[in-house]
Amino acid sequence: MGPLGLHHFLVLGAVLFCLGLYCVLTRRNAIGILMGIELILNSANLNYVAFARYNGGEYDGQIFAIFVIMLAAAEAAVGLAIVLGIYQGFETIEVEATDRLRG
Amino acid sequence: MTITVVFYVLAAATVAAGLGVVLTTNVMHSALALMGALLGVASLFVLLGADFLGVVQLLVYVGGILVLTLFAVMLTSRVEMRVSNRAVGRLPALVVVAAVLGVMVRAITTTAWAMKEPAAPGPTVYAVGHAFLGTYLLPFEIASLVLLVALIGAVVVSRKEVRG
Repeated sequence: MGPLGLHHFLVLGAVLFCLGLYCVLTRRNAIGILMGIELILNSANLNYVAFARYNGGEYDGQIFAIFVIMLAAAEAAVGLAIVLGIYQGFETIEVEATDRLRG
Repeated sequence: MTITVVFYVLAAATVAAGLGVVLTTNVMHSALALMGALLGVASLFVLLGADFLGVVQLLVYVGGILVLTLFAVMLTSRVEMRVSNRAVGRLPALVVVAAVLGVMVRAITTTAWAMKEPAAPGPTVYAVGHAFLGTYLLPFEIASLVLLVALIGAVVVSRKEVRG
Protein backbone atom coordinates (compact mmCIF):
# COMPACT_ATOMS: atom_id res chain seq x y z
CA MET A 1 0.00 0.00 0.00
CA GLY A 2 2.16 2.86 -1.28
CA PRO A 3 1.49 6.57 -0.97
CA LEU A 4 -1.66 7.92 -2.51
CA GLY A 5 -1.06 8.92 -6.13
CA LEU A 6 -2.80 9.96 -9.31
CA HIS A 7 -3.14 6.32 -10.43
CA HIS A 8 -5.45 5.45 -7.56
CA PHE A 9 -8.01 8.05 -8.57
CA LEU A 10 -7.70 7.30 -12.29
CA VAL A 11 -8.29 3.58 -11.75
CA LEU A 12 -11.28 4.34 -9.53
CA GLY A 13 -12.62 6.65 -12.25
CA ALA A 14 -12.17 3.88 -14.82
CA VAL A 15 -14.07 1.41 -12.61
CA LEU A 16 -16.93 3.88 -12.12
CA PHE A 17 -17.01 4.57 -15.86
CA CYS A 18 -17.26 0.86 -16.63
CA LEU A 19 -20.08 0.42 -14.10
CA GLY A 20 -21.97 3.26 -15.80
CA LEU A 21 -21.26 1.80 -19.24
CA TYR A 22 -22.57 -1.61 -18.15
CA CYS A 23 -25.68 0.09 -16.75
CA VAL A 24 -26.32 1.92 -20.03
CA LEU A 25 -25.77 -1.23 -22.10
CA THR A 26 -27.97 -3.63 -20.12
CA ARG A 27 -30.85 -1.53 -18.79
CA ARG A 28 -34.13 -1.37 -20.64
CA ASN A 29 -35.68 1.15 -18.28
CA ALA A 30 -35.03 4.68 -19.58
CA ILE A 31 -34.48 6.08 -16.08
CA GLY A 32 -31.93 3.31 -15.40
CA ILE A 33 -30.03 4.39 -18.50
CA LEU A 34 -30.02 8.00 -17.27
CA MET A 35 -28.60 6.81 -13.93
CA GLY A 36 -25.80 5.03 -15.78
CA ILE A 37 -25.01 8.30 -17.57
CA GLU A 38 -24.81 10.06 -14.20
CA LEU A 39 -22.23 7.47 -13.07
CA ILE A 40 -20.17 8.09 -16.22
CA LEU A 41 -20.25 11.87 -15.69
CA ASN A 42 -19.15 11.41 -12.08
CA SER A 43 -16.18 9.30 -13.13
CA ALA A 44 -15.13 12.03 -15.58
CA ASN A 45 -15.43 14.62 -12.82
CA LEU A 46 -13.26 12.51 -10.54
CA ASN A 47 -10.56 12.45 -13.22
CA TYR A 48 -10.78 16.22 -13.70
CA VAL A 49 -10.34 16.92 -10.00
CA ALA A 50 -7.57 14.34 -9.58
CA PHE A 51 -5.60 15.86 -12.48
CA ALA A 52 -6.14 19.33 -11.02
CA ARG A 53 -4.85 18.19 -7.63
CA TYR A 54 -1.74 16.43 -8.91
CA ASN A 55 -0.81 19.16 -11.38
CA GLY A 56 0.30 21.87 -9.03
CA GLY A 57 -3.05 22.80 -7.54
CA GLU A 58 -4.53 24.59 -10.55
CA TYR A 59 -8.26 25.26 -10.30
CA ASP A 60 -9.15 24.71 -13.97
CA GLY A 61 -10.06 21.07 -13.40
CA GLN A 62 -12.47 22.00 -10.63
CA ILE A 63 -14.07 24.69 -12.83
CA PHE A 64 -14.58 22.11 -15.58
CA ALA A 65 -16.11 19.71 -13.07
CA ILE A 66 -18.58 22.39 -12.00
CA PHE A 67 -19.54 22.95 -15.65
CA VAL A 68 -20.04 19.20 -16.06
CA ILE A 69 -22.30 19.13 -12.99
CA MET A 70 -24.28 22.05 -14.43
CA LEU A 71 -24.72 20.28 -17.76
CA ALA A 72 -25.69 17.08 -15.93
CA ALA A 73 -28.45 19.01 -14.18
CA ALA A 74 -29.73 20.35 -17.51
CA GLU A 75 -29.48 16.87 -19.05
CA ALA A 76 -31.39 15.30 -16.15
CA ALA A 77 -34.18 17.89 -16.35
CA VAL A 78 -34.67 17.51 -20.11
CA GLY A 79 -34.11 13.73 -20.10
CA LEU A 80 -36.61 13.07 -17.34
CA ALA A 81 -39.13 15.40 -19.01
CA ILE A 82 -38.78 13.35 -22.20
CA VAL A 83 -39.20 10.15 -20.16
CA LEU A 84 -42.43 11.53 -18.66
CA GLY A 85 -43.63 12.52 -22.15
CA ILE A 86 -42.89 9.02 -23.43
CA TYR A 87 -44.76 7.53 -20.49
CA GLN A 88 -47.84 9.64 -21.30
CA GLY A 89 -47.83 8.34 -24.88
CA PHE A 90 -46.79 4.72 -24.42
CA GLU A 91 -47.74 3.87 -20.81
CA THR A 92 -44.24 2.39 -20.44
CA ILE A 93 -40.64 3.58 -20.40
CA GLU A 94 -39.00 0.39 -21.63
CA VAL A 95 -36.76 1.61 -24.42
CA GLU A 96 -37.47 -1.45 -26.60
CA ALA A 97 -41.21 -0.83 -26.60
CA THR A 98 -40.93 2.82 -27.61
CA ASP A 99 -39.97 2.47 -31.25
CA ARG A 100 -42.43 4.86 -32.87
CA LEU A 101 -41.79 8.57 -33.27
CA ARG A 102 -45.48 9.38 -33.41
CA GLY A 103 -47.38 7.86 -30.51
CA MET B 1 -0.56 6.62 5.34
CA THR B 2 -3.85 7.37 7.05
CA ILE B 3 -5.09 9.21 3.98
CA THR B 4 -4.43 6.12 1.85
CA VAL B 5 -6.59 4.04 4.17
CA VAL B 6 -9.31 6.70 4.00
CA PHE B 7 -9.10 6.62 0.20
CA TYR B 8 -9.49 2.85 0.06
CA VAL B 9 -12.48 2.91 2.41
CA LEU B 10 -14.21 5.66 0.39
CA ALA B 11 -13.36 3.98 -2.92
CA ALA B 12 -14.74 0.65 -1.72
CA ALA B 13 -17.95 2.32 -0.54
CA THR B 14 -18.34 4.19 -3.85
CA VAL B 15 -17.76 1.10 -5.99
CA ALA B 16 -20.11 -0.96 -3.82
CA ALA B 17 -22.84 1.67 -4.26
CA GLY B 18 -22.11 1.76 -8.00
CA LEU B 19 -22.52 -2.02 -8.15
CA GLY B 20 -25.83 -1.55 -6.34
CA VAL B 21 -26.95 0.89 -9.04
CA VAL B 22 -26.05 -1.56 -11.78
CA LEU B 23 -27.17 -4.88 -10.32
CA THR B 24 -30.47 -4.25 -8.52
CA THR B 25 -33.59 -4.91 -10.58
CA ASN B 26 -35.80 -2.43 -8.73
CA VAL B 27 -35.33 1.08 -10.13
CA MET B 28 -36.18 2.61 -6.77
CA HIS B 29 -33.35 0.70 -5.04
CA SER B 30 -31.11 1.66 -7.94
CA ALA B 31 -31.81 5.35 -7.34
CA LEU B 32 -31.07 4.99 -3.63
CA ALA B 33 -27.79 3.21 -4.39
CA LEU B 34 -26.97 6.07 -6.78
CA MET B 35 -27.25 8.39 -3.79
CA GLY B 36 -24.53 6.36 -2.07
CA ALA B 37 -22.29 6.57 -5.11
CA LEU B 38 -22.79 10.35 -5.41
CA LEU B 39 -22.02 10.82 -1.70
CA GLY B 40 -18.88 8.71 -2.13
CA VAL B 41 -17.70 10.84 -5.05
CA ALA B 42 -18.44 14.01 -3.04
CA SER B 43 -16.29 12.75 -0.18
CA LEU B 44 -13.52 11.88 -2.64
CA PHE B 45 -13.69 15.47 -3.93
CA VAL B 46 -13.13 16.67 -0.36
CA LEU B 47 -10.26 14.20 -0.02
CA LEU B 48 -8.73 15.77 -3.15
CA GLY B 49 -8.89 19.21 -1.54
CA ALA B 50 -11.87 20.47 -3.57
CA ASP B 51 -14.15 21.49 -0.72
CA PHE B 52 -16.39 23.81 -2.77
CA LEU B 53 -16.87 21.16 -5.44
CA GLY B 54 -17.84 18.61 -2.79
CA VAL B 55 -20.55 20.92 -1.49
CA VAL B 56 -21.76 21.62 -5.05
CA GLN B 57 -21.92 17.88 -5.68
CA LEU B 58 -24.03 17.46 -2.54
CA LEU B 59 -26.39 20.33 -3.36
CA VAL B 60 -26.87 19.82 -7.09
CA TYR B 61 -26.55 16.04 -7.44
CA VAL B 62 -27.93 14.65 -4.21
CA GLY B 63 -30.31 17.53 -3.50
CA GLY B 64 -31.44 18.21 -7.05
CA ILE B 65 -30.84 15.60 -9.71
CA LEU B 66 -31.46 12.61 -7.45
CA VAL B 67 -34.73 14.01 -6.11
CA LEU B 68 -35.81 14.68 -9.71
CA THR B 69 -34.93 11.10 -10.61
CA LEU B 70 -36.93 9.75 -7.66
CA PHE B 71 -39.91 11.83 -8.76
CA ALA B 72 -39.65 10.41 -12.26
CA VAL B 73 -39.38 6.85 -10.90
CA MET B 74 -42.52 7.30 -8.81
CA LEU B 75 -44.46 9.03 -11.60
CA THR B 76 -43.70 6.35 -14.18
CA SER B 77 -44.35 3.24 -12.09
CA ARG B 78 -48.04 3.67 -11.48
CA VAL B 79 -48.92 0.11 -12.43
CA GLU B 80 -46.29 -1.84 -10.54
CA MET B 81 -43.41 -0.70 -8.40
CA ARG B 82 -41.00 -3.31 -9.66
CA VAL B 83 -40.04 -2.37 -13.18
CA SER B 84 -38.29 -5.35 -14.65
CA ASN B 85 -35.05 -4.75 -16.44
CA ARG B 86 -34.11 -8.10 -17.90
CA ALA B 87 -30.68 -7.71 -19.37
CA VAL B 88 -30.82 -7.48 -23.12
CA GLY B 89 -27.40 -9.01 -23.54
CA ARG B 90 -25.71 -9.36 -20.19
CA LEU B 91 -22.81 -11.45 -21.43
CA PRO B 92 -21.89 -9.31 -24.48
CA ALA B 93 -22.13 -6.19 -22.33
CA LEU B 94 -19.86 -7.80 -19.73
CA VAL B 95 -17.30 -8.67 -22.40
CA VAL B 96 -17.32 -5.12 -23.80
CA VAL B 97 -17.03 -3.55 -20.35
CA ALA B 98 -14.22 -5.90 -19.28
CA ALA B 99 -12.29 -5.08 -22.47
CA VAL B 100 -12.74 -1.33 -21.94
CA LEU B 101 -11.68 -1.61 -18.29
CA GLY B 102 -8.61 -3.66 -19.23
CA VAL B 103 -7.49 -1.14 -21.86
CA MET B 104 -8.06 1.83 -19.52
CA VAL B 105 -6.25 0.30 -16.53
CA ARG B 106 -3.34 -0.71 -18.75
CA ALA B 107 -3.15 2.81 -20.20
CA ILE B 108 -3.28 4.36 -16.72
CA THR B 109 -0.59 2.12 -15.23
CA THR B 110 1.84 2.25 -18.17
CA THR B 111 1.69 6.00 -18.82
CA ALA B 112 4.28 8.16 -17.05
CA TRP B 113 2.05 10.97 -15.82
CA ALA B 114 3.67 14.37 -15.26
CA MET B 115 2.89 14.58 -11.58
CA LYS B 116 3.78 17.41 -9.24
CA GLU B 117 3.68 17.14 -5.49
CA PRO B 118 0.21 18.36 -4.46
CA ALA B 119 0.13 21.49 -2.38
CA ALA B 120 -1.42 21.44 1.06
CA PRO B 121 -5.21 21.67 0.68
CA GLY B 122 -6.67 25.06 1.47
CA PRO B 123 -9.97 26.84 0.94
CA THR B 124 -10.86 26.94 -2.77
CA VAL B 125 -13.96 29.14 -2.79
CA TYR B 126 -12.07 32.38 -3.39
CA ALA B 127 -10.02 31.03 -6.30
CA VAL B 128 -13.00 29.28 -7.93
CA GLY B 129 -15.20 32.38 -7.70
CA HIS B 130 -12.40 34.54 -9.04
CA ALA B 131 -11.90 32.22 -12.00
CA PHE B 132 -15.64 32.19 -12.75
CA LEU B 133 -15.83 35.98 -12.90
CA GLY B 134 -12.49 36.35 -14.66
CA THR B 135 -11.08 33.75 -17.03
CA TYR B 136 -14.31 31.79 -17.39
CA LEU B 137 -16.78 34.69 -17.48
CA LEU B 138 -18.23 33.90 -20.92
CA PRO B 139 -18.81 30.16 -20.26
CA PHE B 140 -20.29 31.12 -16.90
CA GLU B 141 -22.86 33.42 -18.53
CA ILE B 142 -23.62 30.90 -21.28
CA ALA B 143 -24.14 28.26 -18.58
CA SER B 144 -26.95 30.30 -17.04
CA LEU B 145 -28.53 30.62 -20.49
CA VAL B 146 -28.25 26.85 -21.02
CA LEU B 147 -29.97 26.22 -17.69
CA LEU B 148 -32.80 28.60 -18.59
CA VAL B 149 -33.30 26.93 -21.98
CA ALA B 150 -33.24 23.46 -20.38
CA LEU B 151 -35.80 24.54 -17.81
CA ILE B 152 -38.19 25.94 -20.44
CA GLY B 153 -37.60 22.90 -22.65
CA ALA B 154 -38.40 20.51 -19.79
CA VAL B 155 -41.65 22.33 -19.07
CA VAL B 156 -42.68 22.34 -22.73
CA VAL B 157 -41.80 18.67 -23.31
CA SER B 158 -43.47 17.26 -20.20
CA ARG B 159 -46.74 19.21 -20.19
CA LYS B 160 -49.87 17.41 -21.31
CA GLU B 161 -50.76 17.88 -24.95
CA VAL B 162 -54.03 19.76 -25.41
CA ARG B 163 -55.71 19.23 -28.76
CA GLY B 164 -58.19 21.57 -30.40
